[in-house]
Amino acid sequence: MKENKKFKKNISGAEALIHCLLEEGVDLIYGYPGGAIMPVYDELYKFSDKLVHILTRHEQGATHAAQGYARTSGKVGVAIATSGPGATNLVTGIADAQIDSTPMVCITGQVASHLLGSDAFQETDIIGISTPVTKWNYQITKASEIPEIFSKAFYIAKSGRPGPVLIDITKDAQFEKFDFSYSKCNGIRSYLPVPQINMDMIDSAAEVINNAKKPFIVYGQGVILGEAENDLIKFIEKTGIPSAWTILGLSAMPTDHRLNVGMVGMHGNYGPNILTNECDVLVAVGMRFDDRVTGDLSTYAKQAKIIHLEIDPAEIDKNVKADYPILGNCKESLSLLLEKVNKNSHEKWREKFNELMKIEYEAVIKNDTIPQKQGLTMGEVIVSINKYTKGDAVIVTDVGQHQMVACRYAEFIRSKSNITSGGLGTMGFALPAAIGAKMGAPDREVIAVIGDGGYQMTIQELGTIFQTRTAVKILVLNNDYLGMVRQWQQLFFDKRYASTEMTNPDFVTIAKGYNINSNRVNERKDLDNAVKLMVESNEPQFLEVCVEKEDNVFPMIPSGASVSDIRLK
Amino acid sequence: MENNITYTISLYSENNVGLLNRVSAILLKRHINIESFSTSPSEIPNVFRFVIVVRLPEEKIKKVVQQIEKQIDVIKAFYHTDKETIFQETALYKVKSSSLFEERHIQNIIKKSQANIVTVSPEFFVIEKTGFREETEKLRNKLEPYGLMQFVRSGRISVTKAKMDVSEILNSFKNKN
Repeated sequence: MKENKKFKKNISGAEALIHCLLEEGVDLIYGYPGGAIMPVYDELYKFSDKLVHILTRHEQGATHAAQGYARTSGKVGVAIATSGPGATNLVTGIADAQIDSTPMVCITGQVASHLLGSDAFQETDIIGISTPVTKWNYQITKASEIPEIFSKAFYIAKSGRPGPVLIDITKDAQFEKFDFSYSKCNGIRSYLPVPQINMDMIDSAAEVINNAKKPFIVYGQGVILGEAENDLIKFIEKTGIPSAWTILGLSAMPTDHRLNVGMVGMHGNYGPNILTNECDVLVAVGMRFDDRVTGDLSTYAKQAKIIHLEIDPAEIDKNVKADYPILGNCKESLSLLLEKVNKNSHEKWREKFNELMKIEYEAVIKNDTIPQKQGLTMGEVIVSINKYTKGDAVIVTDVGQHQMVACRYAEFIRSKSNITSGGLGTMGFALPAAIGAKMGAPDREVIAVIGDGGYQMTIQELGTIFQTRTAVKILVLNNDYLGMVRQWQQLFFDKRYASTEMTNPDFVTIAKGYNINSNRVNERKDLDNAVKLMVESNEPQFLEVCVEKEDNVFPMIPSGASVSDIRLK
Repeated sequence: MENNITYTISLYSENNVGLLNRVSAILLKRHINIESFSTSPSEIPNVFRFVIVVRLPEEKIKKVVQQIEKQIDVIKAFYHTDKETIFQETALYKVKSSSLFEERHIQNIIKKSQANIVTVSPEFFVIEKTGFREETEKLRNKLEPYGLMQFVRSGRISVTKAKMDVSEILNSFKNKN
């Protein structure tokens, strides 16, 4: 580590913490104050010209906002909370960031060190609680530990496969005075963030790709996290390989790219799912073969040779055995492969995707996007958004039917534009994440698409929007049901709609209470105009669209079925 | 049951508070029971070694060890079958002193089992036996009729037959930085 000239004599741990954040380039944090973190908030007050603190209305909102911020900006999101309930309220967001590889540093206050273990007021073992859902965590009990631990925290959160780090800091350590100096962490001896690429494996994989008759690419968020978007496009264009996205890989390539063949997974497109079981070579780029992507593993791509480009060694062979594992940053491995692969077009093979897309269009997409029935569909709302954003918006989705529909139909022309809770499936993610997403990319249009269920899980964050005037657009697709669970009840539980029907409040009135312009659409004729107004505004906007109550999302791979058994109805 | 095999996980790590919790959480998450566990300093200064024994099918042990090695404070983790390691456990047996003098047979048991008497007091004496699980278990069965006041067995400690390249990993890091 190089010695930094930054020296501060005899400052408090709390002030040192602020200097650490500033040294790491942090200018925005999300949080909620409370007893055990008050010394830090006192310093935030003094440093408010350099470091903006956004007061969310619940600590969970702070973590999701930090996630949204991280995912549009590419920087580390920071959330801060007090001890006890403040800390436990962070856990859902931390778990979400862990499973979706989002770089985040969470700071929690803790009771004074002499009280640890005494069941003091607002004491909770947040280190113990957060251990399984953090990339790393640490409890600071002495001010002198602060610089080293914070530099490690930021290094760990953003390097390699990113993830959340939690730093718990006792109140006495926040008050304690010490001489501060800071140097950035550039390595930890027990941690290798990016594995060395095996050049022999590159050669073998290139040969396999060159000999493939029916190669297929599935790309995930690793492409976005590794900033490998252009490398992927170059690789795909040279090899002519049809490529599909996972939910978190969406927006890494423009959706209308001629080689983009759609989404894989449970509610993905018909062609890419079926042809997964027909391809002869499957190139997985920065993805982890989640069960929502693979369906039944024993029948997943058994005929194909698997090439897996992956930064995390623990993902190799975890779910799907890789014949050619290529460890490393996919930006590097894709560009190495690019030199060794032959130009190709695979036209006949690609035609198969087109044929299946036609079948899906007739059976599903047409009815979703240009419906003939009276009730509004979620699909046509997304199409309306596409019309007015021209694919240049950040779409933040929650979890459920609306999420699947948005990820199927939303168009993107830029990377880092699809923000959703993929791995954990956290309802309530979208509203706070959209606040963070907008702050991470202030020049971009940010639209939160949320169901009526998830919206009410973090609806209190309307207060954050009200106070900060963050110009997010909130679109609630209201079917008065927990739609995805209802769909499963209809298909697999003989229509026993146990606790999925919602008696909803007047969402428009609620938004008005927060001084947010709000509107409701019940009929098709009003849809485009309302979406246009929402998109064109420079202010926060709320739009509720009342959609058909019992629509289902198709295609669908039933839980535990094979990808090739995908159903169109 | 699946084809469970006994594996010894050897883990080299930094000596940080909380790492034990992190490692056990990985096993807990996968519903894996720990058969035996011990930790001590390793041959490398400031590097700790965990020795964990689990019973798992072969395809699972690799994934678990990958998850353990992924932890920031873990330098390197290995797994080995019993054939690939030299391993021992130590057991202590606390027996009433009266039986040592009244039952001549007990002295033969101690001699034959190559156990050591650690301490003798007017009330009790303590025997120590190091060896394989079956050996310490056999001695326990033999001593039980004489009134075993206390019995305790350590976790497995083991060294591997093959070389482990932990020092090389640390040196290459040192040279790079």
